[in-house]
Amino acid sequence: MGDGALITTKNLVKQYPIGGRKFTALKNINLTFETGEFTGLVGPSGSGKTTLLNIIGALDNPTEGHVIVMGQDTRELKHRQAARLRTEHLGFVFQTFNLLPVYTVFENVEFPLLLLEMSGADRKKAVLKALEWVDLSDKIKSRPAQLSGGECQRVAVARAMVKRPKIVLADEPTANLDAANSHNILETMFRLNKELNTTYIFATHDEKVIGYLRRKVTLTDGQVIEDVSTTPRYPTANEEMS
Amino acid sequence: MTWFLLKGLLRDRHRSILPVIVIAAGVAVTILMYCYLLGFVDDTARTSAKLDTGHVKMMTQAYAEISDQIPNDLALSGVNKLLSDLKAKYPNLDWAARIKFGGLLDFPDEEGETRAQGPVFGLALDLLTQDSKENERLNLEGALVQGRLPESPGEILVSEKFAQNLGVKIGEMATLISSTTTGSMAVQNFILVGTLNFGIGPMDRNAMVADMSDIQYALDMEDGAGEILGYFPNLVFNKEAAEEIANEYNSVNKKTDDDFSPVMITLRDQNGLGELMDMIEIEAFIIVAGFIFVMSIVLWNTGLMSGLRRYGEVGVRLAFGEAKSHVYRSMIHEAILIGLFGSVIGTVIGLAGAFYLQEHGLDFSGMTKGSTMLMSNIMRAKITPASYFIGFIPGLLATVIGTLISGIGIFRRQTSQLFKELET
Repeated sequence: MGDGALITTKNLVKQYPIGGRKFTALKNINLTFETGEFTGLVGPSGSGKTTLLNIIGALDNPTEGHVIVMGQDTRELKHRQAARLRTEHLGFVFQTFNLLPVYTVFENVEFPLLLLEMSGADRKKAVLKALEWVDLSDKIKSRPAQLSGGECQRVAVARAMVKRPKIVLADEPTANLDAANSHNILETMFRLNKELNTTYIFATHDEKVIGYLRRKVTLTDGQVIEDVSTTPRYPTANEEMS
Repeated sequence: MTWFLLKGLLRDRHRSILPVIVIAAGVAVTILMYCYLLGFVDDTARTSAKLDTGHVKMMTQAYAEISDQIPNDLALSGVNKLLSDLKAKYPNLDWAARIKFGGLLDFPDEEGETRAQGPVFGLALDLLTQDSKENERLNLEGALVQGRLPESPGEILVSEKFAQNLGVKIGEMATLISSTTTGSMAVQNFILVGTLNFGIGPMDRNAMVADMSDIQYALDMEDGAGEILGYFPNLVFNKEAAEEIANEYNSVNKKTDDDFSPVMITLRDQNGLGELMDMIEIEAFIIVAGFIFVMSIVLWNTGLMSGLRRYGEVGVRLAFGEAKSHVYRSMIHEAILIGLFGSVIGTVIGLAGAFYLQEHGLDFSGMTKGSTMLMSNIMRAKITPASYFIGFIPGLLATVIGTLISGIGIFRRQTSQLFKELET
């Protein structure tokens, strides 16, 4: 655990009451994530990866132990403070995109900046830049219903990245995409990770995602059974790296 | 952020147009009902006041006790002095003496034998004095169907229906057979100069209208009258002022040991009108409260449905760091906007309907054929200044309460469930 760690989990335990018993979703997790990582929490369904992602994202609290995100112990944060942490430093990418259907692509990407109370001119500049990253500058006036699945997920990535957060948490971001779109979106995220030094943490069991990772944390039954550095095996990713 | 949310609201018809339609419909019905109830009570009170009760009424105590029997033997005497005293003390009110009476109206043939005859309910009014407002107050000119109004002593009017039933014509002689205040038979000849249609069931069946002096003479009631009625300007009843005048007058003039001393009562003290007015007030309150309750449930459900539709949106907003309280507040702001908009539309529609009913009314003459209550055959709505804003109370309250209830789910929602919910 380095001193400059972006995220640290200490003896993290998460239990859920099920019936009269307690189900332990995470068991004594000790992990450290540094700035600029491109890491995956990998494992089968029910292994605890989404739970861990929730706790890192200050959406849930551990039953025992601590999670320190950018120097803040999420367990100590009140609801508003946790919301503030998410607003300022965290971006989310969801499996089902979750774009707001009544808003245009531009407005969907603009939304996180409104929460930051950024000026109109700055917002416009940032949104156009984010759409340029995901190559959707020509779709700013489109509604989500007019876009393909791959385009929707690229909008979701732009929305997560527009405020240039320190951390992006992505839960199965390719689960609803075909292979071509999956690679497209992963390459985009990989490139942004390089360009902006944003830390990406994925919860995934998709081999395509795993092929882009530089670190793989494998979870089984709520325990870390492997934490290894990997070499991205997809050519585009390697080209980007070099 | 406000503009951003407003754009979403305007674009999402399910969360703007549908609730607006529901609220507008509810508000329109509320206003219509409110105006109609007001119109009903106002019309009933106004009709009663004009024909029977006045806004305040003075009688002898003995007459007041059995006034429904029209006991003219217990009538007021010295009426001219009483009238001039009242006019001097309460100059804002218009005072008018009246005699109600019953009798038979007989129409003889050329031989002097009874050709047609029928019972009448008689009303003696000051029709011939220059400054009398009775004609105007009762709109006799407007109610005239045939002939003209009395211009000289000895002329009378009867209900058009009564004239038709008896087959009598304008210009015919009629003989009133009644009883005097001393109990002897009163027989007086008149000329029928016109027929009336008041649009009030009991009056249109068998009314006879004559000048006060003629009836005083016929019933042996020189300078006497059954009642003296007082009217506020423009025929607008003022409950507080009426009670004040009646109390003040009674405290000076009502004598407990003299049955013939005068007593003054207000419109509300007669024919159950006070209870009717109070009942209508309560009913208006019940309608508005009922609307709030029902609409809150409807809008709560609408809010829940909308909430389900917007689960993803709320989830994303929370995930991206919007505070729960901010999401909740924004939903309430939306509700206020929708409530305001719906209330404006509903008020316009409701007022348009109320205006139509104010102008044209609903004709209940078929249902009031046998009624003895002095109420118009045509019931009209009444638009008051309150009609313009009363719909906003339930419109806004129902929307906000509905949203408050449905929005509680936001606070109950576990943020940790967001990912799971958003993935389903």
